Amino acid sequence: MALRPMTMIEALNNALALELERDERVVLLGQDIGLNGGVFRVTDQLQRRFGERRVFDTPLAESAIIGTSVGMAVYGLRPIAEIQFAGFLFLGMSQLVTQAARMRFRSGGAFSCPLVVRSPYGGGVRTPELHSDSLEGVFLQTPGLKVVIPSNPYDAKGLLAAAVADPDPVLFLENIKLYRSFRQETPEEYYTVPLGKAKTVQAGDDVSVFAYGAMVPVALEAARQAQQELGISVEVIDLRTVWPLDEEAIVSSVEKTGRAVVVHEAPRAGGIGAEVTALINERCLYSLLKPVARVTGYDTPYPVPGVEDYYLPTPAKVLAALRQVMEP
Amino acid sequence: METRQQRKAAAQGAGPGDPRSPASLLEGTDRETLLNYYYQMVLIRYFEEKAGEMYTRARIGGYCHLNLGEEATVVGFCAGLEADDYVYTNYREHGYAICRGISPAVVMAELFGKKTGCSRGRGGSMHLFDLKRRFMGGYGIVGGQLPLAVGAAFALAYRGAREIVACQMGDGTTNGGPFHESLNLAKLYRLPVVFLIVNNQYGMGTRVDQGSAVPDLYRKACAYDMRSERVDGTDLLAVLEAVRTAARIAREEREPSLIEAVSYRFRGHSVVDPDRYRPEDEVRRWRERDPILLYATRLKEAGLMDEATRQELETRAQQEVEEAVRFAEESEFPSVEELYDFVYAGEGGR
Repeated sequence: MALRPMTMIEALNNALALELERDERVVLLGQDIGLNGGVFRVTDQLQRRFGERRVFDTPLAESAIIGTSVGMAVYGLRPIAEIQFAGFLFLGMSQLVTQAARMRFRSGGAFSCPLVVRSPYGGGVRTPELHSDSLEGVFLQTPGLKVVIPSNPYDAKGLLAAAVADPDPVLFLENIKLYRSFRQETPEEYYTVPLGKAKTVQAGDDVSVFAYGAMVPVALEAARQAQQELGISVEVIDLRTVWPLDEEAIVSSVEKTGRAVVVHEAPRAGGIGAEVTALINERCLYSLLKPVARVTGYDTPYPVPGVEDYYLPTPAKVLAALRQVMEP
Repeated sequence: METRQQRKAAAQGAGPGDPRSPASLLEGTDRETLLNYYYQMVLIRYFEEKAGEMYTRARIGGYCHLNLGEEATVVGFCAGLEADDYVYTNYREHGYAICRGISPAVVMAELFGKKTGCSRGRGGSMHLFDLKRRFMGGYGIVGGQLPLAVGAAFALAYRGAREIVACQMGDGTTNGGPFHESLNLAKLYRLPVVFLIVNNQYGMGTRVDQGSAVPDLYRKACAYDMRSERVDGTDLLAVLEAVRTAARIAREEREPSLIEAVSYRFRGHSVVDPDRYRPEDEVRRWRERDPILLYATRLKEAGLMDEATRQELETRAQQEVEEAVRFAEESEFPSVEELYDFVYAGEGGR
């Protein structure tokens, strides 16, 4: 495979171009995704290359974007809709939750909705609420929907390809801070990274850290410091698909290490951390040597830029949690 | 763009007691077809009366919205389409499903929540689906079906298909965002879709003019420069002609249309609605314009249906409904082991 260093933006753009090339059923729609290439340029040049029939702008109407995409998907197209910021998903939430996610169930399997909704999410780039929100927790109680969050360019490309191929609707959340933060050697060719599978980014023996999106590099940095300062071996697991969770990966890691920390920038209550903790309680409580720790955002709307550095999890906060769970 | 029909409708109004055009039957339509429309109306009438009864006898759970009084609109709408066109409706859809060819037995089984229902007992009264018959669903959320219909129309146009999408809704839907977003997109992208408002004059318990700043609902299309028309929803052939014309224009010219059929439901919003908000006198006047009686009179006046034929059709419809209830009663409920089925693709649905 021909490798090329790509940012996440480039990897996603490359993935979308391959989808448009591979499959006539694939169409891209969203606000200013055509000539403008989207707010973050993920769809840059795609309209020029594939034409207005395949890549087109919509009005500023999220409900219409997702709702019409549901109709397209049920009919047999493979729409990939862009919602400009995850905070704007609320406007289209009804279509996503009440229609897309339930189509298969309520039709007794007769209809399916192979739809991908892409949306940038996450903070740390000095943007205000609604432009920095992490909404994955909101969609945990949406049976029928899958929620995918890549942490690097290679996974972003492969997971997006898998999301398009998946027979169910997928909410694909792309961390804004990761968009251009680093490049990674990424194949030019088509490949997939399976949905529903977590990835062990760093194997370790003493404690498991579960993270996803922009929190993966934070967890890795904390793991490095913990190795140096505490002399402990940390296993870092990138969840990648945050719903449905890769239960086996979580349970087998905790059974091995006996300690766990969950890290996410979304608010604390009722989020992925709560769910992972509950799962550990249910399936491997007696492997636990200490209570599970959560390092998360706070139960407030996303704060103003002046305090977001305090709001977001940092390597120092994760390190503190690691110290806590490593106490004898 | 105001059409000739709009001006005519605006001049005449379409309420009860308005002057009616002389009874003329559809030219070029054979007797068998005209009688079949009558049969379908009567079938829906019996089916819905029976569904109401089964609901009060706790055979049907949840909520149950009946087409009683709207039979002319339902049958006219379906008859104006071709067999391979796609239909989206709201939750008051039993009649539409039956008219599009889903057997009353399978619809009744779905109402009962049985495995043999058209949605395998997972959809219930408000979510009937049948891909083979291109019945794309009833939808329980007001306005939920509109963007989906627009998306399907987009997909049809994208593929250059000749089928169209027809999307039914109630009057209350026209006051919500999805109505406006959908009409805008349909016109903007020039999609082959026919929108039908069944204006039964009450959005649940709220009269149309108390819920809509523009009570002439067909006029809302002008905001999107879309052709629109108001028809008498108690007149089967008027609805049929309007839908057939709109469908042809959608098919041949890729122009969407909005049709408003002024209708009336004989019962409350759902079976459990005590219906306290409608004056008795108003209900009585509309019941006098029972669409089935109106159509029967026209058939009789044209010499196409004698009393014996009417009796025979009604008996057959009653038998079909009785058979539907028997089928639903005898069918099984989905088992609890199947709870996770159809949540996701694949075995066990997870």
